[in-house]
Amino acid sequence: MYKYDEYDHAMVAARVAEFSDQVKRRLAGEITEDQFKPLRLMNGLYLQLHAYMLRVAVPYGTLDSRQMRMLAHIARKYDRDYGHFTTRQNIQYNWIKLEDAPAILQDLASVEMHAIQTSGNCIRNISSDQWAGAAADEITDPRPWAELLRQWSSFHPEFSYLPRKFKIAVIAADEDRAAMRLHDIGIQIVEKDGIHGAAFYVGGGMGRTPMIAPLIKDFVPLEDMLSYAEACLRVYNRYGRRDNIYKARIKILIHELGADEYRRQVEEEFAHVKSLGIDPPKAEFNRIAAQFAPPPLDASAPDAIDRSDPDFAVWVDQNVAAHKVPGHAIVNISLKPVGGIPGDASSAQIDLMADLAETYSHDELRVTHAQNIVLPHVRKADLYTIWQKLDEAGLATPNLDLISDIIACPGLDYCSLANARSIPVAQKIAARFSDLGRQKELGELKLKISGCINACGHHHAGHIGILGVDRKGTENYQLLLGGSGAEDVSLGTITGPGFDEDGIVDAIERVTDKYLATRAEGERFVDTFRRVGMAPFKEAIYG
Amino acid sequence: MVERADNQSVAQAEGRQSDGEEPCVTLDAFLSQSNATAVRLEPDEDARALIPHLDRLALIEVAFPKFRDGRGYSSARILREAGYAGELRAQGDVLVDQIAYMKRCGFDTFAPEKALNPADVEAALTRWPEHYQGAADGAVPIWKLRHG
Ligand code: HEM
Ligand code: SF4
Repeated sequence: MYKYDEYDHAMVAARVAEFSDQVKRRLAGEITEDQFKPLRLMNGLYLQLHAYMLRVAVPYGTLDSRQMRMLAHIARKYDRDYGHFTTRQNIQYNWIKLEDAPAILQDLASVEMHAIQTSGNCIRNISSDQWAGAAADEITDPRPWAELLRQWSSFHPEFSYLPRKFKIAVIAADEDRAAMRLHDIGIQIVEKDGIHGAAFYVGGGMGRTPMIAPLIKDFVPLEDMLSYAEACLRVYNRYGRRDNIYKARIKILIHELGADEYRRQVEEEFAHVKSLGIDPPKAEFNRIAAQFAPPPLDASAPDAIDRSDPDFAVWVDQNVAAHKVPGHAIVNISLKPVGGIPGDASSAQIDLMADLAETYSHDELRVTHAQNIVLPHVRKADLYTIWQKLDEAGLATPNLDLISDIIACPGLDYCSLANARSIPVAQKIAARFSDLGRQKELGELKLKISGCINACGHHHAGHIGILGVDRKGTENYQLLLGGSGAEDVSLGTITGPGFDEDGIVDAIERVTDKYLATRAEGERFVDTFRRVGMAPFKEAIYG
Repeated sequence: MVERADNQSVAQAEGRQSDGEEPCVTLDAFLSQSNATAVRLEPDEDARALIPHLDRLALIEVAFPKFRDGRGYSSARILREAGYAGELRAQGDVLVDQIAYMKRCGFDTFAPEKALNPADVEAALTRWPEHYQGAADGAVPIWKLRHG
C-alpha cells in the first residue's frame, strides 16, 4: 500500500490548515455561504436535508486496518455510530457538524487520509478495480497509476474550477469491475507487443443523460499518461458548457463535438503539453509501484477448503473469489443484509473488518463500487474462521451479485435533491426475495436504485434499474432493464409507466418470473433480456 | 486594488485602470488595431489568438466575471507556456481562496472587485509548502524534488 512521505504529509497538513481557516471565516460570517460552498465541497462537505454530510476519500478503494479503524472512530465520535460506503469507493457520514469538520480532517490526516476533492467541480477521487493486486485476470496492478493520477490531480491549479465534476477510473483487466466506461475518463492499462500502455475512454457518465465513453486513444505510452490526461482536461475546461449545469459534463461536450473532433483537439493540445515536461520520470513510478508490491503469499498454502458446514459452503460459493496465488482467496463482505441499508456499516462492524484484515489479509481492505468490502489476500485455510467472525457480526450475507446485493443511493431519507426514497424500496425488494434458494436460482442480477435522475445509485447500469421520480407530488418508480456497468457495458431501457412503492416490487417479481420461464441454458438475466428484447417483459409487467 | 502576486500592493485607484496605464482593449479591437499594448480576455475568448502578438503586449487582463468559471486558469497557462513575459492580471470575482491557484497558472497581479484582506492574501500565498504538479509558476514539482 502507498505510504505518505514527508511531501504527502505536508500537503495534507496544509489543506487541513487551509480548511480550518475557511471554516473559521465562515463561522465568523466573513465569507458568505455562496463563497464557502465551493470551498467546503472541495473538502467533501455537503449540506444535506438534516445536517452536513462528509465524504472521505478512499483512494482507489484501498485502505489498511489503521485507516479502517479511524473510519470507525469518526463514526463513533462525530456521527451516529455508522458510516455509509459509496459507489465511488468512498465513505460518507450523514450527521456531521460544521464545527467538527476541521477536527475530523485532522484525525484523518493522522492516518494518511483526507476528504480532498471528494466533491466540487474538480477531479474527484480516482477509482479502480477492488480486486487489484489479487485478481487472476489483471495484466498489472492498476493502483500505482491511480496513485500517480491522484498526486497529479490533487490541488491541480488549472482544473479546480471545471465546468462540472470529473471522475477518473483506472483498471488493468478485461473484466471491468469499476464501471470504467461510465466515468469522465476511463483508463484501461492494456498490452501491445509486450508493452503496457493506457487506453483512454473519455466522456462517459450517468446522471440525467447517461453515456458510455467512446475510445479516444487506444494506446497512450505510459510515460505520457499525465500529459494526455492534462490535454483531455484542458480541451474540456476550455469548451465544456457553463451556461447549463445539466449540460456541463464532458460527456455532453464530446457528444456535441463528436469523438473524432474531440480527439483531434486533444491530440493537438497533447503535442504541446508533452513539451512541458509534466510527466514524472520512471523512477517516480517505480517508487510508487514498489509500495504496491504483492504481499508475501505462500503459493504452497493448502488449497482445499473444508466445506462440511453447509452455511459456510454457501457463503464460499457466493462471496469468495479466485486469487492469483494458489492457496489464497478474495473475500467479499456483503454490506447488504436483508432489512439493512445498502452500504451502511456500524463502528463495531468497521472495527471487526479492520481486525480481520490485520490478522488474515496482510492488513489490506478494499471498498467496492457495489458498496461492499473486500479482504483481498486471504489464505483458504483461514476462510472458516473469518466466516464465523463475520457471521457473528451480521456480515456474512451470502448474496454477492445476487438480486439482494442492491446498490442504492441515500434517496429522500437524506438527500435534498431526491424525488423518492431509495432505501425502503431496496429493503422491500430484499425482503420479497429473501429466500436464498430463490436468489441463487435467479443467478447474477445487478439491481441498482437511484432516488432521482442524478443517478448516484447507477440505475442506468443495473441489469434491473429503478429510478425514483416525482409524479404529481407522490413518489413514483420507473423500471429499467438491460443495463450493465461491467465490460459488457450498456444502458438500461425504461419499461413503461412507473409504479408506487409496492407496485415496483411486484413488477420486479413479474420480470424475474418471466426470465426464469424464458432463459436458455447458462443465460444470466441480462443475457436473456438482450436475446429476447423488451416486448416479452413488457407484456409480463403490464399484461 | 491591484495586488502583486509577491504581495506588494501596487498603489492603485479603484477600477481596472491605474495611473498612466494604457486601458485594456477588447480582443476583437486588439486584433484589428495594431498599436494597443494592453488587452482584456473574456472567459469565452481563445487565448491562443494572442500568441502571434505576445511580444508587443505589456498587459493581458483575464476576466473572471464569476469565480466559478475556471476558463481563465487555462488562458493564463496557455499564454505563459507560449512565452508571454508581461503582466498577467486576474480581474473580477477574484477571491482570496483562488489566488494561490491563479498564481500557479501564471497570474502575477490581481484586481479583485472586492478588496482582499492583506493578511489573508499573505496566508493564502504562503500556504502550500510544495506542489504536486508542474504549472506555469516555475515551481519544482514534488516528484522532481523526490528524485533530485
Ligand atoms: C446525499 C447527497 C448526494 C447528493 C446531493 C448527490 C448529488 C449528485 C448529483 C447532483 C449528481 C449528478 C451530477 C451530474 O450529472 O453532473 C450525482 C451523481 C452521482 N453521484 Fe451523487 N449525490 C449524493 C450522494 C451520493 C452517494 C451516497 C453516492 C454513492 C453511493 C453518489 C454517487 C454518485 C455517482 C456514482 C454519480 C453519477 C456520476 C455520473 O454521473 O457519472 N452520490 N450526485
Ligand atoms: S440519485 Fe438523486 S436522490 Fe439519490 S443521492 Fe443522488 S441526488 Fe440524491
